[in-house]
Amino acid sequence: MKYSILSLARNALSRHERWPQAWRTPAPRPRYDVVIVGGGGHGLATAYYLARRHGIRDVAVLEKGWLGGGNTGRNTTIVRSNYLLEANAHFYELSMKLWEGLSQELNFNVMYSPRGVLNLAHTPAQRDAHQRRGNAMRLNGIDAKWLERDAVERMVPLLNCSDDARFPVIGGLLQPRGGTVRHDAVAWGYARAADSLGVDVIQNCEVMGFQREGGRITGVETSLGRIGAGRIGIAVAGHSGVLAAKAGFALPVETHLLQAMVSEPIKPLIDTVVTYGAGHLYISQSDKGELVLGGDLDFYPSYAQRGNLAVLREAASFAIEMFPCLSRLRLMRHWAGAVDMSMDGSPIIGKTEIPGLYLNGGWCYGGFKATPASGYVFAHTIANDSPHPLCAAFTLERFAQGALLDEKGAGPFPQHH
Amino acid sequence: MLFRCPHCGDRDHTEFSYLREFDPDAADDTQFRHVYLRRNEIGAHREIWQHVYGCRTVFVLERDTVTHAVHG
Repeated sequence: MKYSILSLARNALSRHERWPQAWRTPAPRPRYDVVIVGGGGHGLATAYYLARRHGIRDVAVLEKGWLGGGNTGRNTTIVRSNYLLEANAHFYELSMKLWEGLSQELNFNVMYSPRGVLNLAHTPAQRDAHQRRGNAMRLNGIDAKWLERDAVERMVPLLNCSDDARFPVIGGLLQPRGGTVRHDAVAWGYARAADSLGVDVIQNCEVMGFQREGGRITGVETSLGRIGAGRIGIAVAGHSGVLAAKAGFALPVETHLLQAMVSEPIKPLIDTVVTYGAGHLYISQSDKGELVLGGDLDFYPSYAQRGNLAVLREAASFAIEMFPCLSRLRLMRHWAGAVDMSMDGSPIIGKTEIPGLYLNGGWCYGGFKATPASGYVFAHTIANDSPHPLCAAFTLERFAQGALLDEKGAGPFPQHH
Repeated sequence: MLFRCPHCGDRDHTEFSYLREFDPDAADDTQFRHVYLRRNEIGAHREIWQHVYGCRTVFVLERDTVTHAVHG
């Protein structure tokens, strides 16, 4: 069923009790042309673009839990393409362009809100770095705007822009088209659109191992039995290393904790996304009125999906430093995602040493905003057995070749990116 | 989490800094594997920490990456 004002009116007459299921719940078939491991945004987007752009519809997405229950549902919903290095800039800009048309393409409202992403600067060195990045973005055809302190103050009136601040704001780099997208809707929209093209979306199906014949991948062992596959794509974020180990190789990835939290809901207060420059904090307000806060990693490897209080306390103190009016606001929930931190801070999309096995991972802090482009180029890579030009720099081999994409220049220390 | 520093005894984890996972083959392997690849194990994990806000001792710790339980 196509969602429209007419279908809404028709279903209103039947008291919204007859909406059809958005996707089927099929039992797995014995074999598929392509099996995607991981039913988050990236896996579902990959399946959708395989079916939509490459005519490969004999596809299954295997998810060990429920759709979007991993990092797709645990991020702070921010989308942006404000990168310095060219390979990253062009890749994330493809994602921004896909976000802009995604609700129409999927016939599902993903609530893309171009409310702007503003990175604050507090020192002259930081201003230079932000302006350099802004100039690089503009040279790459991406929107970027430098705001002096008075312009920042006009844009975010409740932000403490006074000289009394511990680290006074001196300006900010704004990407106006950046903003937020409803994260759950992205998983659901891609699942529904892929399902309507014939893709089997199979939940509660955990991949336990891989099967090979003569070196080539031939299938997966799952909690629902063996499933044969011509090609297999892994898109499991924090668990990339676990699946790679099952396939017999190690990755340049360490799994870390990234926490996020929301406050109790309040009236509209912040209508953009602001990031603190003197510490690590990003803050925005959801449509429900909750302030959404994210900060640093916990800085030790973990698969726990829950973190420790020190990071929470630090994030809260930064938020109050930025917006003193938040000091008596209560936090309502906090949680963590298991993020796969790569050795240069950039993602890995491409072939592995095993023919027929492809990897999409190493997303560090930034997997959500990449979702559409990640699916788009990963589908191309699987369909053609060769990388899309926009992910040709994201190969697994780049670490051995020294062709790193180290946006921060932090070196091979995953927790420092 | 409480970590047992060999010098200072039980201290809060915020006094420590995680350096990297313990690599038993560090001495006799290629630099690429040691620098870039990680076993990244789920569950029991041997790792190297430093008591940065204390005595600055570097030591090996076994910690579970799912439960955060610390052993020695």
